[in-house]
Amino acid sequence: MSTNRMVSTTINGEDMALIIDDRMTLLDALRDRAGLTGTKEGCLSGDCGACSVIMNDRVVDSCLVMAAEAEGAAIVTVEGLADGTELHPLQRRFLEQAALQCGICTPGFLVTAKSLLDRNNNPSAAEIRLWLAGNLCRCTGYDKIIRAVEGASADLRAAKG
Amino acid sequence: MKPLEYHAPTSLDEAISILKAEGSQAAALSGGTDLIIQNRARPLDLAHMVDIKRIPELNVLEYDAKNGLRLGAAVPCYKVAEYEPIVRLYPALAEGAELIGSIQIQSRATVGGNICNGSPAADTICALIVLSAICAIRGPDGNRDVPAVDFMVGPGETALKPGEILVEMRLPPPPAQSSNAYLRFIPRNEMDIAVVCAAANITMDDKGVTCTAATVAIGAVGPTPILVQAAGAVLTGAKLDAAAIAKAAKAASAAARPIDDHRGTVEFRTHVAGVLTRRTVELAAQRIKEDAK
Ligand SMILES: Cc1cc2nc3c(=O)[nH]c(=O)nc-3n(C[C@H](O)[C@H](O)[C@H](O)COP(=O)(O)OP(=O)(O)OC[C@H]3O[C@@H](n4cnc5c(N)ncnc54)[C@H](O)[C@@H]3O)c2cc1C
Ligand code: FES
Ligand code: FES
Repeated sequence: MSTNRMVSTTINGEDMALIIDDRMTLLDALRDRAGLTGTKEGCLSGDCGACSVIMNDRVVDSCLVMAAEAEGAAIVTVEGLADGTELHPLQRRFLEQAALQCGICTPGFLVTAKSLLDRNNNPSAAEIRLWLAGNLCRCTGYDKIIRAVEGASADLRAAKG
Repeated sequence: MKPLEYHAPTSLDEAISILKAEGSQAAALSGGTDLIIQNRARPLDLAHMVDIKRIPELNVLEYDAKNGLRLGAAVPCYKVAEYEPIVRLYPALAEGAELIGSIQIQSRATVGGNICNGSPAADTICALIVLSAICAIRGPDGNRDVPAVDFMVGPGETALKPGEILVEMRLPPPPAQSSNAYLRFIPRNEMDIAVVCAAANITMDDKGVTCTAATVAIGAVGPTPILVQAAGAVLTGAKLDAAAIAKAAKAASAAARPIDDHRGTVEFRTHVAGVLTRRTVELAAQRIKEDAK
């Protein structure tokens, strides 16, 4: 018999109670129990970052977090970036710069970049590259992604005035 | 996949009693960046994961000039690399912790997990060895201390006995006129496991001329990390000139017992062990000079 439990967490600002199996990772719970399929599964070994989410203000690979660990935690997934129908500056800039092709890596890049901009709204290109080193993209060659993050950081600074 | 039960004890004794009762079916879960991946491979097939991050003793991070540093085993690497007293006084440890994985991995991976995993290429073990860290262990039979140099006993094997937990690492306060450094060689810029790594801890006399104490450790060049006593011996009492440092580098190469694999040949690893020894000694000496300014 497997061990099930209820986990109470806040996901994208909303209190949620998820019934999970203790074998599940946070990635499984988000996709299969919370129905939030924006978070992607890639390597399951911490290398690709497609599963990145923010947990208690730190970006983590959700494939390397047990679902039960989310008890009491505050989690932000890619679905939490937009404000209603208003896209986050990162999302707008990714579209404008065509910083995606197949798109499987994009949610992970957006979440990881958000965790950087939440901390530092004026990162250098080198800082952006270092912060995104745990996110792999097989399509774009990264330059457009870096430019999109730079653009979004300028937007955020301008909005702050 | 068989059932798994997750536990989140808030006391050490509770964690130890679960680990003891479940034996090889149970493992401590710290940041999970080694354990969760290993448990996906069949052989581990755990029935119990004991999350140790909610235990207060494992989250200690404090420094004072009299007692030195106390680093709880479950403190994540990003905190270690940011903690001002570590950056200033134990830079080798900050450098090791900072190199582990990506930003995502840094949020989770711990120094405790790094050494309990038992890899001879672990990025924090050489620093802990040269900084004379003591590993404070608690288990069913009480508390015991193991020096970092004796903590790893073989690839994937540590001094921990069944049911035991690494609680914290204690690092003595560094003497005046001393500093330390850690470097690793990897074929890429980031996100890779050390092909060779080295740490050095150097103390100079009051005038900054003669070396009064030196410790060098090398990793990924044997089944366990190696404390190169001969390197420390040639540096102690010497002026840190090129000739003395070259002798220490030679001693490190002589102590290396690497394997051949696709990431580096025996010859290459032996050579690099010497190069990194020279560079860490020079870097530590440089830091002493800068601190004196
Ligand atoms: C993408 C990626 C990149 C990586 N890069 C590096 C790197 O550059 N350098 C490097 O050295 N490592 C690297 N690692 C390996 C890993 O991240 C580190 O070894 C990390 O420090 C492990 O810590 P943890 O807290 O996640 O350990 P866990 O996975 O939680 O535990 C590791 C082992 O130690 C045991 N354990 C943990 N804590 C205790 C304790 N307090 N008492 C008793 N037993 C305990 C666990 O049961 C388990 O067997 C990488 C891993 C990934 C996935
Ligand atoms: S799926 Fe988690 S890092 Fe690749
Ligand atoms: S857009 Fe295809 S992997 Fe990044």
